[in-house]
Amino acid sequence: MALSDKDRIFTNLYGMQPWNLDAARRRGNWDGTRALIERGRDWIVEEVKQSGLRGRGGAGFPTGMKWSFMPKQSDGRPSYLVVNSDESEPGTCKDRDILRHDPHTLIEGCLLAGVAMGAVAGYIYVRGEYYNEARVLQAAVDEAYAAGLIGRNACGSGYDFELYVHSGAGAYICGEETALIESLEGKKGMPRLKPPFPAAVGLYGCPTTVNNVETIAVVPTILRRGAAWFSGFGRPKNSGTKIFCIQGHVNKPCNVEEEMSIPLRELIERHAGGVRGGWDNLLAVIPGGSSTPMIPKSVCDDVLMDFDALREHRTGLGTAGVIVMDKSTDLIKAIARLSHFYKHESCGQCTPCREGMGWVKRVMDRMVEGRAEVAEIDVLEQVTRQIEGHTICALADGGVWPVQGLIRHFRPMMEERIAAYKASKGGSALALAAE
Amino acid sequence: MAKVTVDGIEVEVPSGASVLQACEAAGKEIPRFCYHERLSVAGNCRMCLVEVEKAPKPVASCSYPVADGMKVFTDTPMVRNGRRGVMEFLLINHPLDCPICDQGGECDLQDQAVAYGMDKGRYTEGKRAVKDKYVGPLIKTIMNRCIHCTRCVRFAQEVAGVPELGATGRGESMEIGTYIEKALTTELSGNLIDICPVGALTSRPYAFVARPWELARTDSVDVLDALGAPITISTRGTEILRIEPREHDDINEEWLGDRSRFSGDGLRRKRLDRPWIRRDGKLVPATWREAVGHVAATLRGQRVGALAGPTAEVEGLFALRKLLEGMGSANLDCRGDGARLDASRRDFYLFNSTIAGIDQADRIVVIGSNPRVEAPVLNARIRKRWNQGGPRVGVIGPKVDLTYPSEVIGRSPQDIAGAAEFLQGAERPMVILGRGALARADGAAVLAAAWELTRAAGGLRPDWHGFNVLHQFGGQVGALDAGFRAGLDLEAMLAGGVDALWLMAADDFDVARIPAGMFVVYQGHHGDAAAARADVILPGAAYVEKDGTYVNTEGRVQRGYLAIQPPGEAKEDWRIIRATAAGLGVPLGFDSLEELRAALLAEAPLFGRIGSAPPAGCADAAGPAAGGPLSPEAFALPITNYWQAEPISRASATMAECARTYGATQKLLAAE
Repeated sequence: MALSDKDRIFTNLYGMQPWNLDAARRRGNWDGTRALIERGRDWIVEEVKQSGLRGRGGAGFPTGMKWSFMPKQSDGRPSYLVVNSDESEPGTCKDRDILRHDPHTLIEGCLLAGVAMGAVAGYIYVRGEYYNEARVLQAAVDEAYAAGLIGRNACGSGYDFELYVHSGAGAYICGEETALIESLEGKKGMPRLKPPFPAAVGLYGCPTTVNNVETIAVVPTILRRGAAWFSGFGRPKNSGTKIFCIQGHVNKPCNVEEEMSIPLRELIERHAGGVRGGWDNLLAVIPGGSSTPMIPKSVCDDVLMDFDALREHRTGLGTAGVIVMDKSTDLIKAIARLSHFYKHESCGQCTPCREGMGWVKRVMDRMVEGRAEVAEIDVLEQVTRQIEGHTICALADGGVWPVQGLIRHFRPMMEERIAAYKASKGGSALALAAE
Repeated sequence: MAKVTVDGIEVEVPSGASVLQACEAAGKEIPRFCYHERLSVAGNCRMCLVEVEKAPKPVASCSYPVADGMKVFTDTPMVRNGRRGVMEFLLINHPLDCPICDQGGECDLQDQAVAYGMDKGRYTEGKRAVKDKYVGPLIKTIMNRCIHCTRCVRFAQEVAGVPELGATGRGESMEIGTYIEKALTTELSGNLIDICPVGALTSRPYAFVARPWELARTDSVDVLDALGAPITISTRGTEILRIEPREHDDINEEWLGDRSRFSGDGLRRKRLDRPWIRRDGKLVPATWREAVGHVAATLRGQRVGALAGPTAEVEGLFALRKLLEGMGSANLDCRGDGARLDASRRDFYLFNSTIAGIDQADRIVVIGSNPRVEAPVLNARIRKRWNQGGPRVGVIGPKVDLTYPSEVIGRSPQDIAGAAEFLQGAERPMVILGRGALARADGAAVLAAAWELTRAAGGLRPDWHGFNVLHQFGGQVGALDAGFRAGLDLEAMLAGGVDALWLMAADDFDVARIPAGMFVVYQGHHGDAAAARADVILPGAAYVEKDGTYVNTEGRVQRGYLAIQPPGEAKEDWRIIRATAAGLGVPLGFDSLEELRAALLAEAPLFGRIGSAPPAGCADAAGPAAGGPLSPEAFALPITNYWQAEPISRASATMAECARTYGATQKLLAAE
């Protein structure tokens, strides 16, 4: 059963209507915001907890719980909300559509989230490449200020909340929350050591919560329609609606807001016009943006798109960027390209990631040709295990998971490639040694 | 306190300590590259990973705080694999040039690769190549070897206070450098060599000179600034190859200024290695017998005065004093620079708050001094204090870049009293009076005014002594303590009060002021300014060539030891004086260094308290005698060229290179 139009949160996801405040108000944004604020921060946090909302940025941490880590009483330092719109994960473009077509959902969400965590200001860190989106967002923020919705006495509620839009400079790592904070402070984007976590020491040394755009943007609707409404979608612990970005070898690539826990096959066939050449032409799917391991067709047949179901198949929902690959795909080459990306985007701080990503990338490049030994597949696998979990942030994990997914599901393909290469060079390992 | 169990051993560590500290408390060695006790924690090398119970992933022990009841494991498969993995990653792009690497034999990477690494590598791709960077005349960089631990970046930023190093580029392409190539503008750059765990930053003068296992090491004490940093002198045969700091939390922590570290080659140049006698206006070589005989014959029955140089050791000075006393002509001075010190009480000329005391100061006034060039390591200590959210620093004198913010609150001695306002409300005020501020006509008045300022600010209490004189060289306090202030002072001597002048390695005054016809004996180690004026040159030993006692600016008595023999016919200084005394028939009462020291101790027991600073606090707040009016003339700084401040560094080619490199920068700073 697909999500009906009346249950959509992002009613202007496709930009059919203007993004501006008037149009947004007609769509129901900013409706009764003051009343929501007046119900108090505890009520907001509790409602978000009840809704079962989990972070939409990839890790899926329960949002209400995250907000509850913020100090109730200030020790003299202000609290900040930071919105992560450094959407750089390959295969993901959901936040972009929110920023350019429905910015007021985000701005209203910022205010409500700000109230919930007692923040005096919010910073929206927009990916540097999203230049036009940042301009739209800034214009929307200006509108909201002019209408008295944010700023001093926001919505007439007596709450003061400032909101700033900041553009990044184009580094994937700045999407990691502490690197984002560093970058926002004007430093080189490098993840910080945790603990202390941002809720204790964050932006400018003050308590800070970093949330994804989509997480924040759904909050006003949850509060207006009630936690029960939101948690009614999807399976328990995976509730709500979610924007999926479907791309690759499908007939109609699209962003679509759907119910959580929708079967992958239904998602692709209903909204993206099905796999190119039919479902049987499917080879594999990367379900949650480039960092998540791929799943082969056999898994795709009946897997549900939510956090827990995908975890059972040793992958993840991530950002829900669904990359569909049909049988014409050179999977090894595709993953080698991702390895190149992660090598390029490693910040260079931790040894395993800095040195290991280059290693993985170079071996993957040879695997594409087949110019390798079968035993090197095992070495490659071990190297990814040596990288995973040994670094400050999760970039390294996300960087090696695609490779692990490839080896897990398509090792025979890699071995075939190696054998073919050997055959083309005279059928012996000597040829390799001679190079 | 938190109870932590490390591999079954229960230890108690302060809450807030790191897991690594807990492991060390339990006696477990944790390998590390980026972690350094005196720098901030970066946590990026990932070598110190340990397993913590219930943690899903290995944790970086250097940065992870302990919790009560935590169970840590340092030797599990998870930990071993983690270390092995990190070692393998570090080595894939590290060149295998250990045989030609100067770090070889004392390299953390080498040692830890043997201890924690795999027996072979699996990496078969090409290695990264990085262009070498120029960061100054003292540091040689081989950036291929860099493992990106960022210790150097943090040192420059935090300790040296010159945020000129950084990392550019990302991931594999990350490079350490200055972005725009330049020499690091710090007097502490040599410490980068020590903190670099690999051979990426090595000593340029020491490049390809020796292997660590070929070196003989002698622990000694530095005299080229008044801090008296403990050092290790590494020698091979008759050559000093390098000088490195030793750790001493109360003095230098583990840092050393560039002049102290790199002046070693100056000990091979311009040396006085045989006696000389002036005959017919020209210095001609002589034997010891001739020279001593000539001195004894000339001095007999004459009015004699002696001037101690700034790096002379106590034993030689004591012997010289005994000689002159025996001759009945004890005109002694040790203030070639003309500093109007008051030697009547010891705390009138010491750095009484002590160097470690800087860590408690909450307001500091610096008078007529630039601690950055007079004692760079002490300045780093003030910077460390400032880093901890510490004191406001006020300066009376020229504006200089101290590497931390400072306010100019005055220019001349007349502004000293006004600084009381600046010190108001301070719990532990410090007044740092540069020795240079006393080397002027109103020096005595400056001394009294500075003392009065300290007293007025409540800095003279039984529990805190806020009055500090910052000397410039390692022998200056020792000379005062050895009683080298009696009879006529230098002015009176030069004005004709004596017939003969004995210069004990004293080059720090204008030699042209010695009147013609005065008989000058120069006993010292370098052919610097004064030797050319001498009538007899008696070649002595430099500080690395003799056993000697030195007292640093805070009054801490320390022993230096002979690392190499003096060159040529040069001798230890007390022996020269002993021989002269024999020639003059003056009994000194000692025939060996032991007997000399016994006599010294009998007279001044403080020289027996090796290693300890005088007790803190001020027992008597009565100040030195006021000495006339204060002049409105602004203070000038005594050392304008850090790299060439005394005979040894003036003879050093390395220091000359530094002076060439940094001279322009320094002029710019001075012009500001």
